[in-house]
Amino acid sequence: MNKTRIIARVDVKNEYVIKGIHLEGLRKVGDPNEMAKQYFQDGVDEIIFMDAVAAYYDRNSLTHIIERACKDVFVPITVGGGIRKITDIQIALNAGADKTAINTKAVQAPSFIKEASEVFGSQCIVSSIDALKIGPDKWEVYIDNGREPTGLDVIEWAQKVEELGAGEIMLTSIDKEGTKKGFDIELNQRVSEVVSIPIISSGGAGKGKDVANVIDKTDIDAVAIASLFHYKIETVKSLKEFLVNERKIQVRL
Amino acid sequence: MNIVVIDYGLGNIKSIKNAFEALGVEVILSREKEAILNADGVVLPGVGAFSHGMNNLIEYGLDDIIREYVITDKPLLGICLGMQMMMEESEEFGITKGLGLIKGRVIKIPVHQTKKIKLPHISWNEIKVKSVDWEDTILEDVPKDSNMYFVHTFIAKPYYKDNILSVTEYENVEFCSSVKKDNIYGCQFHPEKSASMGLGIIKNFIKICKKLK
Repeated sequence: MNKTRIIARVDVKNEYVIKGIHLEGLRKVGDPNEMAKQYFQDGVDEIIFMDAVAAYYDRNSLTHIIERACKDVFVPITVGGGIRKITDIQIALNAGADKTAINTKAVQAPSFIKEASEVFGSQCIVSSIDALKIGPDKWEVYIDNGREPTGLDVIEWAQKVEELGAGEIMLTSIDKEGTKKGFDIELNQRVSEVVSIPIISSGGAGKGKDVANVIDKTDIDAVAIASLFHYKIETVKSLKEFLVNERKIQVRL
Repeated sequence: MNIVVIDYGLGNIKSIKNAFEALGVEVILSREKEAILNADGVVLPGVGAFSHGMNNLIEYGLDDIIREYVITDKPLLGICLGMQMMMEESEEFGITKGLGLIKGRVIKIPVHQTKKIKLPHISWNEIKVKSVDWEDTILEDVPKDSNMYFVHTFIAKPYYKDNILSVTEYENVEFCSSVKKDNIYGCQFHPEKSASMGLGIIKNFIKICKKLK
């Protein structure tokens, strides 16, 4: 039995961890390095740092935060936001990151995923997909941190990024993101039905039960959590204990 | 103590350096023959494709240097692709020759890939004792069935059982998750990314290096 990974997602803007709703209305919630260290000590399986405004301002400023984080966090670290060149990936990996999450650039130039996975290996390349529901069983891919619609269908795009060589997909529901109302189960299930690479489900965790539901009802492999941890509704440890003890879900304790 | 992490342009060597430093040991990142041959311990990291890794090693002349280092019987630790390259050959993108330090091959995880059985195997997973006792190895005092972080599509398949230090199961396929031959060690998982249990393995490696110094 595979263990579902419990990942802390840390969105950063100007040195602060921020959290919004539907990827908008960002509020400061803390220091990224302090929070990452705490999550590591509490037993988190991975940490994803996202530069929340990088795609918008065309830059990436997380490097020194990653360098610091890697000195006291010994679980895999993913960096995303504003990755648009092969050298951006190299800089992130040199800073100590294990993987990079790519969204906007992949949509603008799909060959970038292919090139990046050939240079660094698929295991380094997480395709980040921001999905907005536009109809029954239909979701549209958004870029620029949820600001720009692309006309692309999420289900088709997920298959495409797998074919291009992405090693994982981080699937964020814009509708659910920051709402603490639970994951978009249908979206997660539909995407996990069409690809055979691991899926990290993101957006909507408000309580332990939400996390358990998306794991139980879909074939996703990992869950990315922000609000639930940032606002201390659950600690990593209390969440994992709930999943194991109450819902018989396999996670690393 | 003089530990060298081989820098050949592949892999997250910063994380390995950080892990050693968190344990109070400075490491040198190098691809220089002299530094490697004078080291008390050498780490061979690596992620990505086997052929890409071997090509880089050969380009820097590191294949011969590593073989020369191993003859001295000083400890070597291969991580992920670094462990796979210790084998004789790999079937990733056709047959590519490895360093041949341990008899055996590298093959794709023999699962039938479906939407439910996924590759790469990216997960925390348990390491288990097979036929080799963990005492006096890098796994000494590591609790049985500890979880380590894996991210890979290929596995090493040592020819001799005695070289299989631990096994791990993925979708009902049992594979070799760490190897040992004399003072040559390899981990398919990433000890530097496997929280305190992983750091314990690096600590054991340091201990072995000290003892043999």
